[in-house]
Amino acid sequence: MKKRSLTRLIAVVSVFATLLLVLAGCGNSKKSSSQSNNPSSVQQIKKNGTIRIAVFGDLPPYGWVNKDGKRVGYDVTLAHRVAKDLGVKVKFVQVNANNRVDALNSNKVDLVLANFTVTPERKQVIDFAKPYMKVSVGVVSPKSKPITSASQLKGKNVIVTKGTTAENYFTSKQQNVKLLKFDSKTQQFNALKNGRGVALADDNSYLYAWSKNNPKYTVGIKSIGPKSYISPAVKKGNKSLLNWTNKEINKLTKESFFVKDYNSQLKPYFGKEVKPSDIVLPVK
Amino acid sequence: MDHSGISVLFEGTNFQRLLGGLWVTVRIAAVALIIGLILGIMLGVLRTFKNRPLRVILRLYLEFFRIVPTVVLLFLFYYILPRQMNFNLPGDQLATLVFALWVAAEMSDIVRGALISVPQHQKESGKAIGLNRYQLYRYVLIPQAISLEIPATINLATRVIKTTSLLMLISVMDVINIGQQIIEANNHSHPTGVFWVYGLIFLFYFLIDYPLSWWAKRLEKKRLERANG
Repeated sequence: MKKRSLTRLIAVVSVFATLLLVLAGCGNSKKSSSQSNNPSSVQQIKKNGTIRIAVFGDLPPYGWVNKDGKRVGYDVTLAHRVAKDLGVKVKFVQVNANNRVDALNSNKVDLVLANFTVTPERKQVIDFAKPYMKVSVGVVSPKSKPITSASQLKGKNVIVTKGTTAENYFTSKQQNVKLLKFDSKTQQFNALKNGRGVALADDNSYLYAWSKNNPKYTVGIKSIGPKSYISPAVKKGNKSLLNWTNKEINKLTKESFFVKDYNSQLKPYFGKEVKPSDIVLPVK
Repeated sequence: MDHSGISVLFEGTNFQRLLGGLWVTVRIAAVALIIGLILGIMLGVLRTFKNRPLRVILRLYLEFFRIVPTVVLLFLFYYILPRQMNFNLPGDQLATLVFALWVAAEMSDIVRGALISVPQHQKESGKAIGLNRYQLYRYVLIPQAISLEIPATINLATRVIKTTSLLMLISVMDVINIGQQIIEANNHSHPTGVFWVYGLIFLFYFLIDYPLSWWAKRLEKKRLERANG
């Protein structure tokens, strides 16, 4: 009898230990979610005193980290302004291109300001506010073997980052192109430099900046596919923050905040061929 | 040396940031290992019992964590569970939890293997002198199993430390993630910075992992010497 009860005791203890580990997490989240149905509403953000904003950490000049360890860039400047106008502190969560949607939907962040291009597919799963930038897909290739038209890409390897507009466009509209997909911007440019593909497709404004610093490469195709817009994104159905963000974008556009942001953050990175009006949206 | 990539490492606070990232990496691995090892030893002992349903459940647990790749586990716990079950933890705590559960699973198999490879006559002698089950494990099986399981455990530890490089996928600011930030921030001014940053990260991982595997080898050698006289 003694043996048995001991066995049972050990069994019960370990099962409980396992459960505790799992439940410890559950308990925490239940507490926070019971406060409100929408943990990312404007009211809740103000109550918390912090807004959690998803930004890139490896995408100069939009969202990156300078040598002093500070987050800077076009999106980051906007993020600081948004937090200031809400009267709260900002907490940055670094994301990759392909986990921006998941970060919103699993309540890891309140707002995404990570060079997020509006697409119909994304609109089904998250809500976009008014755009603050416009771009289209460009294709960069070595100057020695430039790619200047889409027909040159047939059957060749083209490098893209997973979850970007460029990947989307080539997957749906240019199916005769072979895609090499990578997880981060760092990886995709290394792949191009190592000659793993004939060209690399990404948002054109970003490629202008990159090719300025890598003079051996040129943006052979400046614009392919439809023009698209970059917007802040919130979780699907988060009307409260969506409406507030729309008003904020209107207000900032009127006071030409974005032109100033362009001049301070983007201009030093882009070549002379790019003007603020190529990137920033006009006042309507 | 003006444009040599190595200067990237020492510009501004870059080096401190990399060390900070390394600390995050080490902390997550260490906490996960401590929790995982304790839990794993308990589960391992339970797996040597003859209770069938218990063994089936623990076997399923082991196979789940062993078969599902760690990347998938991290994604599952970080992005999918919160949506389904309202289970929300910051990235680094969640990473610790996932790694602890993974270590516990692997460890339970190591412990079980070590326990059943203690010679049968030891167990029988223990029973013959009237030890009960607890005493048998406490004084006969576990002390002999420990020397058998230590090398495998240390190997598991080195694997856990290496696998923390996946943490950048769930927004944890580990050493790899910070390395990528530094590479991207300096890509245009120091194109060779990639080499130096990854080189330093390699060195960091090597400095942590190599002593561990050296230690494992030494313990194994000692054990063999003892066993074979």
